[in-house]
Amino acid sequence: MAVLDLKQKLSILADAAKYDASCASSGAGKRDSKGGKGVGSTEGMGICHAYTPDGRCVSLLKILLTNYCIYDCAYCVNRVSSNTPRARFAVQEVVDLTLGFYKRNYIEGLFLSSGIIRNSDYTMEAMVAVAKALRADHDFRGYIHLKLIPEASPELTNQAALYADRVSINVELPREESLAAFAPEKDAGVIRKAMGAVRLGIEAGKEPARKTRPPKYAPAGQSTQMIIGADGARDGEILARSNTLYGNYGLRRVYYSAFSPIPDVAKSLPAQRPPLMREHRLYQADWLMRFYGFETHEIVGPGEDLDLAIDPKLAWALRNRADFPVDVNTASRETLLRVPGLGTRSVDRMIAARRLTRLNLADVKRLARSIEKLKPFVITSDWSPGALADRADLRDRFAPPPQQLSLF
Amino acid sequence: MRVVRLASETDFEGWRVAARTLRAEAVEPAQALWTVDGGQASLFPADAPQSPEAGTGGFKVSRAFVDLAGRVALHRSPERFDLLYRLLWRLEATPRLLEIASDPDVSLALDMQSQVNRAVHKMKAFVRFREVEAQGGLETFVAWFEPAHRVTEATAPFFTRRFSNMAFSILTPDVCAHWDTQALSFTPGADPADAPAGDDLEAYWRTYFASTFNPARLRTAAMVREMPKRYWRNLPEASLIPEMTRAAGDRTTAMVEKAPSEPARRIVRAPRADGAALGAGDGPPSSLEAVAAGVDGCRRCPLWRDATQGVAGEGPAEARLMIVGEQPGDQEDLAGRPFVGPAGQVFDEALSAAGVPRNEAYVTNAVKHFKHQLRGKRRLHKTPEAPEIEACRWWLDAERQIVRPRVIIAMGATAARSVLGKATPIGKLRGQALQLEDQAQAVVTWHPSYLLRLPDRAAKAKAQAEFIEDLRFAWSLANAAVEA
Repeated sequence: MAVLDLKQKLSILADAAKYDASCASSGAGKRDSKGGKGVGSTEGMGICHAYTPDGRCVSLLKILLTNYCIYDCAYCVNRVSSNTPRARFAVQEVVDLTLGFYKRNYIEGLFLSSGIIRNSDYTMEAMVAVAKALRADHDFRGYIHLKLIPEASPELTNQAALYADRVSINVELPREESLAAFAPEKDAGVIRKAMGAVRLGIEAGKEPARKTRPPKYAPAGQSTQMIIGADGARDGEILARSNTLYGNYGLRRVYYSAFSPIPDVAKSLPAQRPPLMREHRLYQADWLMRFYGFETHEIVGPGEDLDLAIDPKLAWALRNRADFPVDVNTASRETLLRVPGLGTRSVDRMIAARRLTRLNLADVKRLARSIEKLKPFVITSDWSPGALADRADLRDRFAPPPQQLSLF
Repeated sequence: MRVVRLASETDFEGWRVAARTLRAEAVEPAQALWTVDGGQASLFPADAPQSPEAGTGGFKVSRAFVDLAGRVALHRSPERFDLLYRLLWRLEATPRLLEIASDPDVSLALDMQSQVNRAVHKMKAFVRFREVEAQGGLETFVAWFEPAHRVTEATAPFFTRRFSNMAFSILTPDVCAHWDTQALSFTPGADPADAPAGDDLEAYWRTYFASTFNPARLRTAAMVREMPKRYWRNLPEASLIPEMTRAAGDRTTAMVEKAPSEPARRIVRAPRADGAALGAGDGPPSSLEAVAAGVDGCRRCPLWRDATQGVAGEGPAEARLMIVGEQPGDQEDLAGRPFVGPAGQVFDEALSAAGVPRNEAYVTNAVKHFKHQLRGKRRLHKTPEAPEIEACRWWLDAERQIVRPRVIIAMGATAARSVLGKATPIGKLRGQALQLEDQAQAVVTWHPSYLLRLPDRAAKAKAQAEFIEDLRFAWSLANAAVEA
């Protein structure tokens, strides 16, 4: 076999890692390289250093340590039965690339994952060695996200979480039962337990310090990802699962990754165009649950899917027309958050402003940045939607013509 | 008309002093003309002598305005100083003007502020350093950057925090920032030709950029929204974008249309996970290990679905005393062990007060999965209902069969129901030995969570004492039975 140079390895192992949607570099708290020997800082807010034409941000050097893998997950380009080219980084190579990219301001840090080679502990140990070299040998204070292998020993998980800012374990598919069909070596129970252990570790690390402060355990928390459109799960089922995951494991994020065609597909999971709009709607619904006070069942029933043509908040409003229009000069914050077209910032500014003045339609337009979507749902000092709110064709006014739905 | 000449485009301090003066002299916004005269050091022409006393007298503005104005001053709009003075003027009549975000002036200022903030953020993101010859043994880097607004001075400290141990310069058309690991300094604007032409690592970065792109998800509008084209000419990776975009369709079609292939080499697969769910069909387990495995895979009721794991009992297989609680709580569900959360703490303290060594007792729960409901982001305990208790008795009965304790303590109504097979009033029956069908004796008592929840201090102390007393009684009963 030909010896791969570093550039070829980088190409293979970045390509192999790109199906993980997580890119966040936020939430690690404040630290910088002053008084240290190396480089690196995090200031709470993530930074996206570039965007590729898929619209996704490039924040971290997202690579696999190796894409050799003994698992046979049907959705994964790196499954043991795929003919994808294989490569493996040496620990030092990852360290050098991370520091070299970081010093040129290409990245916020490293997101390291790996195929499973030999066994879980062997693989996890190699990943921990990279993080350890960056932190201990090079005093690297940038962001590190490590993918945890659920079957790895608690000691290794612990070490990983102490070097990393964020750790993640992917639940992979919305239905746990689907794992048996598409990822036969993975065990949903083991994944759940590993996420539970991480939550306990994070909470123990936050307990008030006695004499010495415990070392920070995954200060940016944990996240997970599920692939959308590979198994038959409906959106209602998916969101209910997310809700459980947020509650059980205190996740910062659940990432939804539209099942994407991969080179060299598996027989059991033929390639298809990725359901990008569905993915987008799921993120919107997820946001409504976390920041807008919506319950899952209000957004979509268990056996239902989200409306692809209009966003879930608008869809909810159209189903609940009796709740509208609302008077922006008197409605509560909770009520305003449910108005299509109003975000949290607009609502907060609206509430502050109306203490001092009566809001008219032009005011609302300046606060909300747009007005057409809002008009049927609000009353202002000089506007009432009248019959507009009851029009049967309201949905059609907002839904784009069908051909625009395709993102291709 | 009063003309103010500021020292530079970002001379916010000069604007503040002048604005204070003009305000004190009651110069209306329409009468003030703000200009920038970079060459001159003096802030004021002869007709507007600086009068700090007048400037500081009486008129105060909020910190929020100063912060907002400091940001807006960095905007490239020529109207910015005029807008800020107009706001300052209006603040006297309307001190809380800034809270009215719907006001046209405030709205404009907030827009300009957010555009400046975005420019700061994009500068942090899109500066690309190129390595140059090391200076004085220090790694040294130089970048050429064109910020959307005049944010170089405001953003430079970010880079000194991030790269405090390397030397760097950020050259821009407005101003250049220099860091030598000790001090930050600024020099006048530069020319792109002053910056290095390349860096060996850029080829690797371009390789990474091209490889991390998924052609099946082409969404160029989202890319351009976040990475506006004005920045592209200084990004080494951006020249790849047109070709990546052009080829995406064909690459995707090829992937979708290509038939699945057979593995080209011999495959060594990992063993399959045996997440076999143990259901009603299997016979009762004969060891505690089998109970633990069975509980974890149990599907006898739906509680497993939202729980992390089934939590089986813990303790010696030959324990004389078995202690049964209600169900695992939030912490127990995560840790996979009974009584490790807040109720576990109460439990441990009571055990030690009663002189019962926990490691000599078999500690378990009537229901093995955590029943809860989500309230916001928290999981709140929900009392198990009769069908769940019934379904889970299969496991408790198996544990009883294997351990064969002399005495079973049932803590709380759920445990009492499961152990005794019927609803049992704790308050009435606690503190006495109740005969069970399998020759063991039962003692019912309060559940530790009940003690945690009692609001009344006196009632709590009483229940606590009874709880300890019952534990002590059961322990003596278990040991007496052995001696007899």
